[in-house]
Amino acid sequence: MNHPVVIVGASMGGLRTAESLRRFGYAGPITIIGEEAHKPYNRPPLSKEVLANEVTHEAVAFEERAATADVNWVLGTRAVSVDQQHNTVTDSTGMVHPYCALVIATGLRPRRLNLPNGDLAGRHALRTLDDAINLRAELTPGADVVIVGGGFIGCEVAATAAKLGCDVTVVHNSAHPMLRPLGTELARQMQLRHEAEGVRFLLNRSVVGLTGETRVREVHIDDGRSIKCDVLIEAVGSHSNTEWLESTSIDLSDGVLVDSAMRAISSSGSVIPNVYAIGDVARFANPIFDNVPRRVEHWNIPTETAKRAAAVIAAQLNADEKFESLIQDQFTPVPSFWSDQYDIHLLAFGSLGLADKVTLVAGDATDECVFEYHRGEDLVGVCGIGMRSVVQSYRAKFI
Amino acid sequence: MIKVEVDMSKCQHYGQCVFEAPDIFRLNSDDKLEYTAEADDSERANIEAAIDVCPMQAIRIVE
Repeated sequence: MNHPVVIVGASMGGLRTAESLRRFGYAGPITIIGEEAHKPYNRPPLSKEVLANEVTHEAVAFEERAATADVNWVLGTRAVSVDQQHNTVTDSTGMVHPYCALVIATGLRPRRLNLPNGDLAGRHALRTLDDAINLRAELTPGADVVIVGGGFIGCEVAATAAKLGCDVTVVHNSAHPMLRPLGTELARQMQLRHEAEGVRFLLNRSVVGLTGETRVREVHIDDGRSIKCDVLIEAVGSHSNTEWLESTSIDLSDGVLVDSAMRAISSSGSVIPNVYAIGDVARFANPIFDNVPRRVEHWNIPTETAKRAAAVIAAQLNADEKFESLIQDQFTPVPSFWSDQYDIHLLAFGSLGLADKVTLVAGDATDECVFEYHRGEDLVGVCGIGMRSVVQSYRAKFI
Repeated sequence: MIKVEVDMSKCQHYGQCVFEAPDIFRLNSDDKLEYTAEADDSERANIEAAIDVCPMQAIRIVE
């Protein structure tokens, strides 16, 4: 019997890889190794519905399809190393999994603040369902909630906590929340809308310390102020989960470097033919924008990269004559994301963060609006509040 | 024929499905999702792709 395709990472990207392998005609065994005890579930509701309501795994789990009913799930287990010579993965129970192809889908974990007195209870980050369930129990009306990091996740959690009746302060290291992706005008409008809901912002500020006995009670700000805190939420970016790959030759300088076929690239620049990476952890060039490989933490990327990798793997394993032309195909997914905060629904396409010029092109920034994002002469993104049909119409400009 | 069902209590009208299966899903003039509940079998792959990209996981094929 042939060795399985081993997918490490049991989140959306891992699941979509397995489903797509079947769709592209790979009929052999598939193993999915995942650190969480849960089968794959949808993460976007974690910062919203799951924090606000008694949501179970069942309610957010992806529906299982008949085609992947025979997948061998190895859950509650971490991959700890790869033997690239012998094509095996070893997991945290010591089990060795031989593979014919390896798919790296281990994603990211939240970066945590490195603070004196950091072992106090009441510190949270949000990535997994269990994180959300633990945090939900503490978001009680009147609780003093301090969120460090005013990016999308920080702001979504701020909105949810404010709606739950918490007293919310966001400590953010630039002049406006979500400034870098959104640009000054839209970021400032979003800030005003949060403030109208009672959220306070400490801007161009950071947290330097904590006090409390067993739980955090106060957070110290770098301007000398101290603020009351029952719940501290750290939304300050993420780390790639690549430590388990350190014994390989893969370029791990930022996530996993891959080519346009999602094949891992070694530090010396050569393709590793049976190792692939997908999702948040994969760093690839997107010719829509330029030839600079980047990791992309947007909603549709795990699915798009999973489908691309699966098509290539299936062709490779089935010795399909199309393989050589398939790997030459361009891979140009249009990044797509949204964010819901209160009744504000942001929808965006492209890579807003690449822009050096942001222009209001429709509507009014205090209400429904559409902004274009340009780098030099090139359109690199679009973002709107409401006006979905207009925002949607831009997607075709990237294809 | 395939029967498509969208749970409108979940749907947030993101319109991601529209790109995957434009003959089945569309946004109307109020930016709300509309869809065709019965589709030809040839649409299955597109509808499955739409299911994959739905942020709210609100779309189902009723077998």
